Amino acid sequence: MSERLLDVREVSIAFGGLKAVQNFSLALPAGGLYGLIGPNGAGKTTAFNLLTGVYCPDHGAVSVNGHRIDGRKPSQIAAAGLARTFQNIRLFGELSVLDNIRLGCQLRRRKGIWATLLRTSGYVAAERQVRQQAERLLELFNLQSRVNEQAKNLPYGDQRRLEIARALATQPKVLLLDEPAAGMNPQEKIALMNLIRFIRESFSLAILLIEHDMRLVMGVCEHITVLDHGEIIATGTPTEIRTNPKVIEAYLGEAQN
Amino acid sequence: MAWPLLLAIIIATAMHFLLAPIIGGFGANLLMNCGIAIILATSLTVVNGFTGQFSIGHAGFMSLGGYTAAAIVYYGSYRLFGDFNFHGGVLSTKTFLANHGSMFTKGDALFIAGCLSGAIVAAAAGWIVGLPSLRLRGDYLAIVTLGFGEIVRVIIQGTPDQLDTTDPSIAILPFPKLLTHLGGALGFSGAPAYSTVFWVWFAVGITLAAILRLKQSSYGRALLSVREDEIAAASIGVPITKAKVRTFVFAAFFAGLAGGMYAMVVGTINAGELAFQKSFEIVIMVVLGGLGSVSGAAIAAVMLTLLPELLRDPPGLWPWGLVGAAILAGFILWLAPRKRGPLITLVSVCAGWELMRWIARREGIDLSDYRMVIYALTLIVVMIARPQGLFGVREIWDYLPRSWQFWNRKSAISVPTGAPA
Repeated sequence: MSERLLDVREVSIAFGGLKAVQNFSLALPAGGLYGLIGPNGAGKTTAFNLLTGVYCPDHGAVSVNGHRIDGRKPSQIAAAGLARTFQNIRLFGELSVLDNIRLGCQLRRRKGIWATLLRTSGYVAAERQVRQQAERLLELFNLQSRVNEQAKNLPYGDQRRLEIARALATQPKVLLLDEPAAGMNPQEKIALMNLIRFIRESFSLAILLIEHDMRLVMGVCEHITVLDHGEIIATGTPTEIRTNPKVIEAYLGEAQN
Repeated sequence: MAWPLLLAIIIATAMHFLLAPIIGGFGANLLMNCGIAIILATSLTVVNGFTGQFSIGHAGFMSLGGYTAAAIVYYGSYRLFGDFNFHGGVLSTKTFLANHGSMFTKGDALFIAGCLSGAIVAAAAGWIVGLPSLRLRGDYLAIVTLGFGEIVRVIIQGTPDQLDTTDPSIAILPFPKLLTHLGGALGFSGAPAYSTVFWVWFAVGITLAAILRLKQSSYGRALLSVREDEIAAASIGVPITKAKVRTFVFAAFFAGLAGGMYAMVVGTINAGELAFQKSFEIVIMVVLGGLGSVSGAAIAAVMLTLLPELLRDPPGLWPWGLVGAAILAGFILWLAPRKRGPLITLVSVCAGWELMRWIARREGIDLSDYRMVIYALTLIVVMIARPQGLFGVREIWDYLPRSWQFWNRKSAISVPTGAPA
């Protein structure tokens, strides 16, 4: 299974007459760091939404670790081991940084309503573990000094990192990052590249990355899939992609002969 | 751990035996109404405040619970004792000095069974209504819950006449069938009045403990995340619809319990009085207290229950009003010595109150005629002054210095520092 940890086969969705994503296939191995690129409106985020259950695909199959997840609810897909971040950051703004992380941690340590209301010993232990795990993650992401701050008051870069940390808190097998570098300056982008490599190594998971910034994608990804108008126009290693005429055409327009 | 239960029993017992005899029958009724309002407002906070769903049909659940409890106690009393008289022990006696019987009797058991059945019926209704409608959001959900409240009212007002001993069918009909004789538009009356300060405030204690424990847990955090951002909450594994339906059931259960207590204060309940206006009253308490603040909702519930009564014959501030204001001012000066706002508010409230009384006396106006106008004006002024409600999303003890919060050192919800919302 490790060759196809995340296995996407021929997934399609249409909104009315608009074929947003057609026959999208992808095989992400364990420990892989793959990229998904394409011009604006190519269907990258729609593809992510199909994988994470925000949309239900019209055709095709998605499986994680051999378990089918297409057509399931987003919460079930998260439990199956697929975590994501969002293009426009979606933190729980009114809640504290710690609570944002703890919400991710508690997915694997859920207790029932009776245990919660009666404060059983099992509940207390689970709550303590959630807190410890959250504190470890915050330390790892250098956010421990902002534990009690409201998430909405964090600076932009910290919000990005908090969102990634929250996704990691669910202990995923596959992490989907939707334009993590959006709105960052060059230094921050370099730091982000290092962070992404660090995450893959220390959490032993597979990462699928949507990105506009070519330097970042070419720099970290081992394998790239290019989408245009909802269809895959090229797949391959960064060097192959860089020289692919179809990709150049999609990004720069048709070559003049 | 069962210490909240113990605390609830101690406080309720103290209020029942020490406070209730001092304040007299009218005062005790008011105290019970305050308690019932607290249960209603705090339970609605779970739906409207924590989960962020705008429900305005809470009185419908209260009505269901109240009628169920009243009917079970009324007809059950007939089947058990052959009459509709009071058969309670000391804890159920309003003037406890008159009763030297046992603490707990069959009548009390009947009353508790009635209230719990009412709560369960309301919770079941919450599940049935919630399952299809909680996929809706915002205004749409509000309309559905409003409709639910009206449906409950219309159905109850269409039930057959209440039966009494003169009606031979009361002895023949099977018990479940008896329970449908709810008196229609006339309302249901004559149920023995078991509600006392003890029972109501015991229920308040249990409700507050349950809701605060819910808020300070993973479970409550998941509900807050639904309020903040449903898509993000789903992406980290919070089952959105399930969470919403469960909060609905949870809140409906306590609304039903409050309804049962409410019905047995005098032994009368009328669905017409528990229409959407009552629902709005509860929503106002929640919003005034601050959406998501349990203590805020409880304080707003007490304020809004007492205010119309105080305005019947506004008492002077001297001496107790001023003593209270001085204590409050002391707290404000001590906790937030640099802030002027709260002090100015306090002084202007006191001045406004006396000014109102002075004008009324000079012009010979009977203030009780205008009490609902003043009540409404108060709401408007408070909402303009504090649009986020009394305490915003925080609790009253979050304003205490951190070193004081001995229970909060390792709390499940970490209270965000920085500027309050």
